[in-house]
Amino acid sequence: MKADSTGILTVEELKEIGRYPSEERMKQGPIAIAECTQNIPCNPCETSCPFHAITIGERITSLPVVDPAKCVGCATCVTACSGQAIFIVDKSFSEEVGTVSFPYEYLVKFKKDDIVKCANRAGEYVCDGKVKRVVLTAKADHCYVVTLEVPISMVDEVRSVYRTWED
Amino acid sequence: MKEYEMIVIGGGAAGLSAAIEAKRHGVNVLLIDSNDKAGGQLVKQTHKFFGAKMHRAGTRGFNICKELLKESEDLGVEVLLNGLVMGIYDGDTVAVDVKVSLTEHKLMMLKAKNIVISTGASENAVRFEGWTLPGVMGAGAAQTMVNYRHVLPGKKMLMIGSGNVGLIVSYQLMQAGVEIKGIVEALPKITGWQVHASKLTREGIHIYTGYTIKKAHGTDRVTGATIAKVNPDWSLVSGSEIEVDCDFICIGAGLKPLTGLAHMAGCELIYDKALGGWAPAHNYNMETTKKGIYVAGDATGLEEASTAIEEGTIAGAAIAEATGHLSAAEAEERKAGAWRRLADLRDGFHGEERLAAKNKQLAEYDRLMGVRE
Ligand SMILES: Cc1cc2nc3c(=O)[nH]c(=O)nc-3n(C[C@H](O)[C@H](O)[C@H](O)COP(=O)(O)OP(=O)(O)OC[C@H]3O[C@@H](n4cnc5c(N)ncnc54)[C@H](O)[C@@H]3O)c2cc1C
Ligand code: SF4
Ligand code: SF4
Repeated sequence: MKADSTGILTVEELKEIGRYPSEERMKQGPIAIAECTQNIPCNPCETSCPFHAITIGERITSLPVVDPAKCVGCATCVTACSGQAIFIVDKSFSEEVGTVSFPYEYLVKFKKDDIVKCANRAGEYVCDGKVKRVVLTAKADHCYVVTLEVPISMVDEVRSVYRTWED
Repeated sequence: MKEYEMIVIGGGAAGLSAAIEAKRHGVNVLLIDSNDKAGGQLVKQTHKFFGAKMHRAGTRGFNICKELLKESEDLGVEVLLNGLVMGIYDGDTVAVDVKVSLTEHKLMMLKAKNIVISTGASENAVRFEGWTLPGVMGAGAAQTMVNYRHVLPGKKMLMIGSGNVGLIVSYQLMQAGVEIKGIVEALPKITGWQVHASKLTREGIHIYTGYTIKKAHGTDRVTGATIAKVNPDWSLVSGSEIEVDCDFICIGAGLKPLTGLAHMAGCELIYDKALGGWAPAHNYNMETTKKGIYVAGDATGLEEASTAIEEGTIAGAAIAEATGHLSAAEAEERKAGAWRRLADLRDGFHGEERLAAKNKQLAEYDRLMGVRE
């Protein structure tokens, strides 16, 4: 996998190893994607899901599997994941826009309805997006879940807010 | 000379767990740590840990530390802080340099028939031109500065090494506002977990695999660095140099067990790369080849907080048995449970090498002590 030398996963790689939900499922509503590709001895994603939609199973080093029928996109697993590797995508709104939610453990310098620059898995600026939600629950222990509205073609790409070091 | 049933040297995850387990069964135990607070490495781990629920997975390291400290406090474990153990004599006497104030130290001699060495590990250095300049530091040291002492080591950082320590410390420095100028890794692959790497790359941080540091610039402190590509024979590819604008350089090139005390006490050490280098051989009870001297945690091979906790528990139960506070059957139940959890933690592809090294460590003990199956 190319990510072994770069740290940057691609949708193609994730699809290849069967870790990406179908287009059809994403159009039906929010779903979690675990971008976790190595055999980490770890399972908070599985134990945190109130809907039992993530399975790691008996061997703690197995990869997490999201059940597209059970997942409701509640994002509990997003903050429970020790590797901050789980994202929620949703392409059910319209033909034009969709949403991406991701874990965020930095000072939050934006608020609902702000237009922000969006970054892909390589940290490159790929498009503008609108902040839909910034949620911090007590259980999440200081890890925010940020939800951005982005062009539908960018839902598979956007994974963070674009970072500039100036401020 | 004051005497205890058990002295634990080093109050990290391993030492705290050993003391907690022993105290729970009524052992008269003293825990000594050279820092102003017990907890070891855990005090500065602000990230959520991997693992299973029973090993407090998903909990931030410093919160695991708080839980352990509370448990030890509730049980009434006696703790001596600011106490650097300098030596173990005659197998049962511990010499401690106690820092009373900034300038005043006193020497204490303490006795115990059972001693646990849980001193953790020390960071490896990497030598390059300019490596002695102020501003070149261990990644662990930078982590202590930022997360425990709340001091920023600088504004712009270059990390050497893409292991989990390098990746995690880069992330935590970034959280604190440091600009991460890049991570260099001499190997063609990132050695830490992909999820830790991806967390950095989506913030725009570049991981230079196949690169190493050539030189740190500056006369009285770091003002920059040159990195370059490495050939398969470890020579540098000429013309591949990249100038990096940084004011400090962190070295995350692995750790090695702190074995000085064990060596001094006459415990037999074995060498295994998977353990981080030399480490004491030990038996099922975590007892070394020196009777009454036990080891646990990173001091007996680099692993994790979760494994350190289990090894500490085994040593604590074994000593409770040796001092007559637990029956053999009761102790066996405690030890077997911990060994089972250790087996789970060392399962899978990434645990394979460690498991093999750990088994070798046990086998070496048997060989050295002439134990037959
Ligand atoms: C950046 C980083 C990230 C990590 N992430 C994870 C993770 O996600 N999950 C996980 O399970 N593990 C993780 N670890 C590893 C984990 O922190 C260690 O394996 C674990 O804390 C080791 O515990 P220990 O008790 O063996 O040693 P330590 O925690 O190092 O404790 C040793 C103690 O002994 C004291 N000491 C040493 N020498 C003496 C002496 N002569 N006299 C008195 N006191 C002495 C030291 O001051 C220290 O307090 C991480 C480590 C690092 C550096
Ligand atoms: S988003 Fe909610 S329902 Fe879906 S896997 Fe995560 S925790 Fe379970
Ligand atoms: S909690 Fe996160 S890092 Fe751990 S196995 Fe699940 S997805 Fe992977």
